Amino acid sequence: MIAETGHYALVLALALALIQSTVPILGARLNDGALMNVARSTALAQLLFVALSFAALVTLHVTSDFSVANVFENSHSLKPMIYKITGVWGNHEGSMLLWVSILALFGGLVAAFGNNLPLSLRAHVLAVQAWIASAFYLFILITSNPFLRIANPPIEGRDLNPVLQDIGLAVHPPMLYLGYVGFSISFSFAIAALLEGRIDAAWARWVRPWTLVAWIFLTLGIAMGSYWAYYELGWGGWWFWDPVENASLMPWLAGTALLHSAVVMEKRNALKVWTILLSILTFSLSLLGTFLVRSGVLTSVHAFATDPTRGVFILLILCIFIGGSLTLYAWRASALKQGGLFAPISREGALVLNNLFLTTACATVFIGTLYPLALEVLTDDKISVGPPFFNLTFAPLFVPLMIAMPFGPMLAWKRGDLLGAMQRLLAAGIAALVALALVWAWTGGGSTLAPLAIGLGVFVIAGALSDLAERTGVFRMPPATAMRRARGLPRSTWGTAFAHAGVGIALIGIVCETTWNTEYIATMRPDDLAKVAGYDVRLEGLSQRQGPNFREMVAQFTVGLDGERLAVMTPSKRNFTTRAGASTTEAALLTRGFSQLYISLGDVTGDGGIAVRIYHKPLVLLIWFGPVLMAFGGLLSLSDRRLRVGAPKPAKALRGLQAAE
Amino acid sequence: MTRKQRRLTIIGGSLAVLAIAAALVLNAMRDSIVFFSTPTMVAEKHILPGRRFRLGGLVQPGTLKRGDNLAVTFEVADGGAQLPVAFKGILPDLFREGQGVVAEGALDASGVFRADTVLAKHDETYMPKDVADALKKQGHWKDDYGAKANAGTSQTAQGASQGAKQ
Repeated sequence: MIAETGHYALVLALALALIQSTVPILGARLNDGALMNVARSTALAQLLFVALSFAALVTLHVTSDFSVANVFENSHSLKPMIYKITGVWGNHEGSMLLWVSILALFGGLVAAFGNNLPLSLRAHVLAVQAWIASAFYLFILITSNPFLRIANPPIEGRDLNPVLQDIGLAVHPPMLYLGYVGFSISFSFAIAALLEGRIDAAWARWVRPWTLVAWIFLTLGIAMGSYWAYYELGWGGWWFWDPVENASLMPWLAGTALLHSAVVMEKRNALKVWTILLSILTFSLSLLGTFLVRSGVLTSVHAFATDPTRGVFILLILCIFIGGSLTLYAWRASALKQGGLFAPISREGALVLNNLFLTTACATVFIGTLYPLALEVLTDDKISVGPPFFNLTFAPLFVPLMIAMPFGPMLAWKRGDLLGAMQRLLAAGIAALVALALVWAWTGGGSTLAPLAIGLGVFVIAGALSDLAERTGVFRMPPATAMRRARGLPRSTWGTAFAHAGVGIALIGIVCETTWNTEYIATMRPDDLAKVAGYDVRLEGLSQRQGPNFREMVAQFTVGLDGERLAVMTPSKRNFTTRAGASTTEAALLTRGFSQLYISLGDVTGDGGIAVRIYHKPLVLLIWFGPVLMAFGGLLSLSDRRLRVGAPKPAKALRGLQAAE
Repeated sequence: MTRKQRRLTIIGGSLAVLAIAAALVLNAMRDSIVFFSTPTMVAEKHILPGRRFRLGGLVQPGTLKRGDNLAVTFEVADGGAQLPVAFKGILPDLFREGQGVVAEGALDASGVFRADTVLAKHDETYMPKDVADALKKQGHWKDDYGAKANAGTSQTAQGASQGAKQ
């Protein structure tokens, strides 16, 4: 009964989406306010029915109703409750339902808080949202219905893949989808602007917070996914340049560019046509990501689906939306009026440079990800494009971007003073050189690239700090004045500083981890001692333990430093009885400052030993702390007064947005 | 500066960055791309020792031997030919005899494939796509692989194991 209700609610949501995709457009053409307002009520009703449908699927999973195929294939009655819930989106059908639910959520938010939008703009935006929603409802109902029943219900389920039975699954996919799907709003706004043939600075003011929300979630989602892979896959890697990871990185790069070009558009009314194109591209890349992950064209970490009919259907959606929007763009973009002028050396110029490098970097990732697929289709040759390709293309493009990064906020709008900016960045430059020299001296000149990269990271962080120091006048004014100025500074300025510093911090983490990590792989027997990066790691013994739906073998290690006992680490290897032969490796982590000691287990050898992998990863936590800081900067920027002004219920609207986190 | 000059500056700058990016991509394409082969293809093509490629196939049952200090040897077969593989390190959780495997490395002078990375799929019914395609093409595809693969709609994560670089 619950399954049928969920299914029926989804069909109703499709019907509502079809109304929402046509009637408001008609209303805008006829200039009929009542018809345009249909968009608002249908968007809210659609959200209600999708939420109902999603709640139905969650209920089915929680109550372990194995007469539903989706539950049978991905759940088990012994599975802990949290994984019964997260298992809802740990499979193809459920994750697509989560995708449309989030799409409806964003549509509902625009409907609920978009009262200050011009009526026809809101009607167009919601109609475009409904086009996307209709396509995905059809996709779910035709090819991936999660509510299908099994004729002869089995007693027990097949259980969720053990790798996915982790708290990471609870957080990572919803975050990522909030990011992916959040970009649909800026896409809808762009299409609406093209349909209306009208765009102004106010448009950018509406688009920016939505883009920022999506970007914050995508940033956190990617960082979370990276940390999850790091501790769950058991070999200490945190980024593999896997096509699925690239699929989430591409919208992030394009979205970051969009975030910056939207600033130019809002402040200076320039770069309009480019901002529209970026909005279209960012969401297109999100759709491409969905296609890559969901169609099964790739075999990689997250590819759950293998059914080709699904692939063809998503490919069709992809072609219609990307092709259609780009055609519309080619046709209508010239109608948009050109905006303000600026000199190449100016804040605008710096932001153009940012866009240039981000989109080019995005393009190299695109080529590296899709070239193997294209080659296989065309010539039947199979190749793999791995980390070396991306290290050789992506990294060199990021270096000039990061060098330019501290200059951007220092330059004035319209016409900037490069020499003045250089003078103000002198302190940051000196800090970078000192850091470079210290690292080089300390490591004995082993690697030349690493100290340079760390110097660059320090330059970016110090640059962000000197911008703040410059604006508050902390070294020039009496403390009280500086305090007052700091309080008076727009929150978006603080946001910029935090986000930029986050990039530098992440870079330092990445460089330290990749250059100075220590690896120890060997067979160990009880009482064996391993020395890793100054730590004494002793294997005390092995024991067996029974978990809720698995048996695990736990290894007890004691870790000491300079003869002093520090901690006990217990990595384990789990065997899932519920899913024949499935096993996972649970790594044990010991955090010391920002560095970590990492132990994971391999196979047991015949003579009572066990294969062990021990890593020492210096400053590894900075890799994820950086993105968290970036997201925090985004959040500060989102709370900027400027983005609230003019909204009828500013405080409430913003709280609503933050609560969605 | 006139409007035209400003625009030309920006367009010129963009083209320069794009040209650099294109050069980087082409350069990386030449050096860092790895081809996929099966043992039969290796036998036919005479791949030179030292040239990196990915080897895919099934782990021949009865050939897995564990040596000292995590050294492992096994043979990869695709029905047409077999190729001995040597690896040092920890094998992925679901590495099994008779299952699909993809190894990355190069041939040595004696014709043994020295792998530095071994990938296997974390699923009992899974066969790497490259391997399945290659087996199908050579007519060695057994129907029960397909039946198994279809029975599980969720095939998943990739375990990878990176051994000490040799």
